[in-house]
Amino acid sequence: MTDATQEQTGPMVAADGTPLKKSLARSLRNQKMRALALIAPLLIFVLLTFLAPIFDMLFRSVENQMVSDTLPETVAALDSWDASGTEEPGEDVFRALYFDLFLAAEAKEHTKLGTRLNYEQVGISSLFRTSGRSLDDVGEVWQDWLEDDVDEIWGEGSFWYDMMSGEPADEAVLDDARDRMATLTGDSMRGDIGFAPGEAISALLPRTAREYAAFAVFTAIEDEDVVAEEDPWEAVYAAFAYDLSQPGTADAIGSYTGTGADQLQAVVAQLDTMPPVDFKAAFAAIDQDWMSVENWAAIKVYSSRYTSGYFLNAVDMQLGPDGPEARPENQQIYMMLFRRTLVMSLVITFSCIALGYPVAWLLANLPARRANLLMILVLLPFWTSLLVRTSAWKVMLQQQGVINDVLVWLGIVADDARLVMINNQFGTIVAMTHILLPFMILPLYSVMQTIPPSYLRAAKSLGANNWTAFWRVYFPQSVPGIGAGSILVFILAIGYYITPELVGGTTGTFISNRIAYHISSSLNWGLAAALGTILLLVVLLLYWVYDRIVGIDNVKLGG
Amino acid sequence: MAMMTPIHRTEVKFYVPVVAAFGALAGLFVGTAQGSGLIGIVVGAILGAAIAWVLTQPRDGIEKPARWALVAVFAVAGYLFGAIPGAVIGAIFGWFFGWLTFWLFEGRYRGPLAPYLTPNQVLWYYTFRVICWAILIFLITPILVVMPLSFNAEDFFTFTPEMLRFDPAGYSLKHYRDFFTNDDWQQALRNSVLIAPMATLLAVSFGTLAAIGLSQPHVPGRQAIMAILISPMIVPLIISAAGMYFFYSRIGLQGTYLGVVLAHAALGIPFVIITVTATLVGFDNSLTRAAANMGADPVTTFFRVQMPLILPGVISGGLFAFITSFDEVVVVLFVGSAGQKTLPWQMFTGLREQISPTILAVATILVGISICLLTVVELLRRRSERLRGMSPS
Repeated sequence: MTDATQEQTGPMVAADGTPLKKSLARSLRNQKMRALALIAPLLIFVLLTFLAPIFDMLFRSVENQMVSDTLPETVAALDSWDASGTEEPGEDVFRALYFDLFLAAEAKEHTKLGTRLNYEQVGISSLFRTSGRSLDDVGEVWQDWLEDDVDEIWGEGSFWYDMMSGEPADEAVLDDARDRMATLTGDSMRGDIGFAPGEAISALLPRTAREYAAFAVFTAIEDEDVVAEEDPWEAVYAAFAYDLSQPGTADAIGSYTGTGADQLQAVVAQLDTMPPVDFKAAFAAIDQDWMSVENWAAIKVYSSRYTSGYFLNAVDMQLGPDGPEARPENQQIYMMLFRRTLVMSLVITFSCIALGYPVAWLLANLPARRANLLMILVLLPFWTSLLVRTSAWKVMLQQQGVINDVLVWLGIVADDARLVMINNQFGTIVAMTHILLPFMILPLYSVMQTIPPSYLRAAKSLGANNWTAFWRVYFPQSVPGIGAGSILVFILAIGYYITPELVGGTTGTFISNRIAYHISSSLNWGLAAALGTILLLVVLLLYWVYDRIVGIDNVKLGG
Repeated sequence: MAMMTPIHRTEVKFYVPVVAAFGALAGLFVGTAQGSGLIGIVVGAILGAAIAWVLTQPRDGIEKPARWALVAVFAVAGYLFGAIPGAVIGAIFGWFFGWLTFWLFEGRYRGPLAPYLTPNQVLWYYTFRVICWAILIFLITPILVVMPLSFNAEDFFTFTPEMLRFDPAGYSLKHYRDFFTNDDWQQALRNSVLIAPMATLLAVSFGTLAAIGLSQPHVPGRQAIMAILISPMIVPLIISAAGMYFFYSRIGLQGTYLGVVLAHAALGIPFVIITVTATLVGFDNSLTRAAANMGADPVTTFFRVQMPLILPGVISGGLFAFITSFDEVVVVLFVGSAGQKTLPWQMFTGLREQISPTILAVATILVGISICLLTVVELLRRRSERLRGMSPS
């Protein structure tokens, strides 16, 4: 040390004159930042490509916006209806349903909704499909009346366009229509419509303006046609008829002066010949099932934006009007599948312990050179493609397969009574035990390597017999290995998909096969997501236990 | 194995009955195959006893010729019974009984074991060995069965009589030819070869950087970060696949190469992280400081000092990531579409729908690839252990 530093008083300083404490803190902070900067790209990558999908799945398991997106007005109208009663909903609900469903049918969204509700209430899918086709007929009654009995001009698109347009424009009605279409189809619906409803006409005929705006938005953006050249939807006529049937409309038309005032007054003059406005009767005529309280109860129950319905479904329950209730006996399959998955995974885990323990013991007690040689026999299957091993078991186990051939050749089994070893639980258990066995042997081996063989010899020299020495001295020390291996095998087993799918048939499949079925065949994604979430929770719980016993950092690969 | 106990010849009343018992067991199988198990047991036991007795009569120096003679006799007998396969099985039987007789007779079985073991313990020792070998055979047989079947001349998944007779007509390379000429398989191979390296590259480059970051002395929230990075390995594949399918179809990546590559890279990352952090445990950080001291910038230090030392870990992590992507089928089934069909996908649909032995040819090729990769990983592990032994820690 030089004289200068010895003379110095106060805090120690670094070479650049800042206090040493501060300088160290800064360097530590830099180090942390550097480490984080190195980790950040990967972390972001994993968050985007892996964790975001997992959270998306969690979200999907409770998401239920289809009913409220497709039938927004109906859902609002249903609010005051008592689902536990015996009375079907009133005219206002059916009116809302008519306009909601008409738009949905134009956008071809109503069948999706039918499929969605069909998961909960069987038969509702066909109800929606057939009704979607018949909605035009309902509106045509008034269209025919207007064209044939009143004035032919009511059938002309350009007349409607002129009548509905006007200055000053009522932008709120148009924006409303845009939002309605956007929620329904999921597209943005931005763009030029070439139409704006007049404030005066929309105050006079509010329902008609609303439906005409929806028609205009759909025509301009989805169909990419010119609004003025298209004839309006039947729903617009229905809306017009409804507006006319409202008390006060006739008087207001009398004092109206905008475009089409003459024609409107002509309509009012013949108002007493107008077919009655009764949407409930119209729906009853389309399909008597619309009068069924159960169907309406299902719509009401699933009208909230988030639902526990998928989760209840995943545990064999359903959402009734009075809350969760058990499904009918013949529809209960998921608890059985969960139970089967757990039981079979346990059987596989125990077979792996039974087969893996002796081999791990042998490997741990052989001289290193020979142990390494034998290790190849364990590692080769471990490294071989899963599909290769599964196809190998298919070759071995099938009725014309190698094992049956050998048994028949030996005369143990008659040629016409070959054993059925595949497409059942036996096949799944054998193949999966084989596939997961290395995952049991490797952790067991690494634990057993650390147990000194002299302990066993000491126990024997103190008078223990073979069994006591093993059971009281060796086995307790190998338990951590058994625990680690079992949890690993169990975690892998309950999520397995490929092997049960290929060799499991119908009785040997797992919950994961059901998840895959709902994703790719039945398209009930919400239920698939709920089943997946339950499975994920089980796995995470086991993983947490594994972490407590073994530690994540101790995960070893290839011995 | 080292001799622990001096060996001495055993008595007739020990080895003759034991060989006879094995003979009875063999006789049981041959007997049931020929029609009557009981006769098989009796004949086998008598034959075994006779062999044990006769071979050990002329005392010294005739072990080798005696055993060869036995192999020859059994091979001829087997040939008379069932042509070439019979001869092969007969020769194996002959070799086994010759070996067993002298192994017991000379007391060799006692050699490698501690002198104080009781006969029961010796018996248990060998029974245990047999059990272990049976399990190891269980592990390896399916793979060994697939290989010969892939040369089947027929479109069967089982051994034909021609194959069992070792008739060259029973074997052919036609399934391999099919693999190399069939458009479906070639397209699948191309996709696999395209997707796996790209996924590996992504996983390795991001993973190595992050592993270096993770092994710095001060990382805030290391446990949580580690848990997130390892999670793709823990979450069951079907759940990853479901989540990715939903999410990727939302953002338009479902059914694209990019989607499959990203998904496979995410699945491969935990393997890279684990192997590279394990390698970095033995890395001497004073080396990077020394490099910096001599004026190297961080990039130069990384590529010239750190990278060469951790390269074995990086490569084996990369191989793990490669094989993960190359073997992966669940995620690609959901995230990919028909255009991204990989080899495992083609095998999966093949196994589920039209069963064609081409699958076995592909399986054999894949086993070959696995063996190569396993060898490389093993060599790298040894090298890194050797290096670590030399470097101060």
